[in-house]
Amino acid sequence: MLQTLFANTMLKTDRGGQLLMLLLMALLILVPALNLLVPQGHFLHVETYTITLLGKYLTYALLAMSVDLVWGYLGILTLGHGAFFALGGYAMGMYLMRQIGDRGVYGNPELPDFMVFLDWQELPWFWQGFDMFWFACLMVVLVPAALALVFGFLSFRARVSGVYLSIMTQALTFALMLAFFRNEMGFGGNNGLTDFKDILGFSLQADTTKVSLFMASVVALILGYLTCRKVVSSRLGKVAVAIRDSETRVRFIGYNVANFKLGIFILSAMLAGIAGALYVPQVGIINPGEFSPLNSIEIVVWVALGGRATLFGAIIGALLINYAKSWFTIELPEVWLFALGSLFVLATLFLPKGVTGWFTDLSNNKQSNRNINSNNSVAAKENAHE
Amino acid sequence: MSNPKQLDSQVNIASVLTSQFTDQSIAVSRSDHEQGFTAPFAKQIQDNVSQLARRDQVFEFLKPPHNPLIDTRHNILLYLEGVSVSFDGFKAINDLNLYIKEGELRCIIGPNGAGKTTMMDIITGKTRPDTGQVWLGSKLNLLNMDEAQIANAGVGRKFQKPTVFECLSVWQNLELSMAGTRNVWSVFRAKLSGEQRDEIERVLVLIGLQEQAAMDAGSLSHGQKQWLEIGMLLMQKPKLLLVDEPVAGMTHQEMDRTAELLNSLAGDHSVVVVEHDMDFVRSIASTVSVLHQGSVLAEGSMTDIQNNAKVKQVYLGE
Repeated sequence: MLQTLFANTMLKTDRGGQLLMLLLMALLILVPALNLLVPQGHFLHVETYTITLLGKYLTYALLAMSVDLVWGYLGILTLGHGAFFALGGYAMGMYLMRQIGDRGVYGNPELPDFMVFLDWQELPWFWQGFDMFWFACLMVVLVPAALALVFGFLSFRARVSGVYLSIMTQALTFALMLAFFRNEMGFGGNNGLTDFKDILGFSLQADTTKVSLFMASVVALILGYLTCRKVVSSRLGKVAVAIRDSETRVRFIGYNVANFKLGIFILSAMLAGIAGALYVPQVGIINPGEFSPLNSIEIVVWVALGGRATLFGAIIGALLINYAKSWFTIELPEVWLFALGSLFVLATLFLPKGVTGWFTDLSNNKQSNRNINSNNSVAAKENAHE
Repeated sequence: MSNPKQLDSQVNIASVLTSQFTDQSIAVSRSDHEQGFTAPFAKQIQDNVSQLARRDQVFEFLKPPHNPLIDTRHNILLYLEGVSVSFDGFKAINDLNLYIKEGELRCIIGPNGAGKTTMMDIITGKTRPDTGQVWLGSKLNLLNMDEAQIANAGVGRKFQKPTVFECLSVWQNLELSMAGTRNVWSVFRAKLSGEQRDEIERVLVLIGLQEQAAMDAGSLSHGQKQWLEIGMLLMQKPKLLLVDEPVAGMTHQEMDRTAELLNSLAGDHSVVVVEHDMDFVRSIASTVSVLHQGSVLAEGSMTDIQNNAKVKQVYLGE
């Protein structure tokens, strides 16, 4: 099954995506090896800190790809995808909270610290079951999917589109942020969920756990990419592009546009949820700040810079900007926001198709130049013959 | 059926084949006999059982809920009756009555603002009329269906401005339009069969775009886009084709080919053509309806129409 999925998608994929996937697979093997096998202090040794940082970026990349699926291919500019990411993160965070057990500050074996602090007597119903890993994993995809289903069902059927839909997605994530800030919601209020101890019995502080989480992120990104690739290269992907370009026409061909939008939107929300679930154990905290509208807009910037409707462009965009962010905030912290702003302005002015679009244009130009040259040389030869 | 013995054996055979429920009721009927209950009661049960076991009939609940086939027993494919629609007080369509026969090629002409495009919008479900009825055949009420359902029921539409999917290749445009599955999951799993490939090839030849099959539809010329859109219509296999200004922006040769194509389509399909170009309307020689201020002003052959006093008045202001 996996093999056929692999073969089908890899064959039809474009070169950029293939290269990136190969690179990711190399990372998957190389980075853990350089961390665990090469002794500390050796110049090839990769710090665990770097690995965790990289893992975090990879979850962002998965998130960016999920946005690209709906924005690049379906034409829905979603400015609220951070909500799905955060919901996935909260589901994982709840599992990690339950894993703390009686090692919390208050030592209550059943209730997380913030509940004891709020003087709650028993676990709310929606916290039940999160002590089981499989249940939490299920919720990581099901909760974002359910939200996407309800939101999408209402808005797509009412034929809300364009900028109005974007504003609604902003409102959605903003409303969720306000709700999660409230202590009574039972998700830790503005402190969120933190102070995690271990996952599946392995300490989150251990190097091996951190490396494993990194590897899980790489695998999730690769599988996510293959899934998206499979979707966009199927007829469903063609219908999505058709909806993006001319929604009414698709309707008159007999496709129920709302259902198609809903299907892809839900898939995208699930991917975002998985990204969030991998993000939380690596950064060690999830709080309502993740719902902030600004975060969701930033994701769109990653995709725009990387190049829309390419999938791998979104990955590159997310990695580039986040690397730049880390570098700037360490080296020139006061310049960072200006740098991000100018990066976006410059990208829209000079790279309308994003970094990947720029590269493809370059290589296309080269190729056509070569063709012209070869034609010229053929013509020259013919002339010489005459 | 008249021979009771034969009927009995039939019941026995059938009871083996049919459900447990039938077995039980037969058992009940037998015990009734043994205990000497009233004969008519037992007879009634036996009758019911034999009714259940009849092999020439299908249970009511097993029948498909709705027969999607268009009912054209009265030889009329499309009924528009007393249709009116107004936008902000302006009556775009005013008590319009129009019947399209099966296999007919009908031209609709009329000055700007006569309601031609609005009429198409109503038929395809884009606009809801304020009053009136629209039926496809005598069974399908188009006013209860949305655009996608109407399209799947067999109404295809070509827009005034050619709208093809510019980012997809010509081949993919045709593939998407192909009649068939419209469900999200099965579209995801869909693969072209050999027959379907042949079908696409056939339409490509028909619309003269074999060479351009792999090209992006966006890079086609205006006339080629018009043709591609007609090809997309054909892939849908509609019963009724609504064609809005098919020759706008075409050269004379292309126009002739289009006229030929539309004529060849009539017969298998009903074709409704809205057109401004009188030469073109004359060249496809068919029944013409003149629309004026939202209702039908005159109907008949092109020569009748040209000699019609009312039409002259509307068009020439005489």
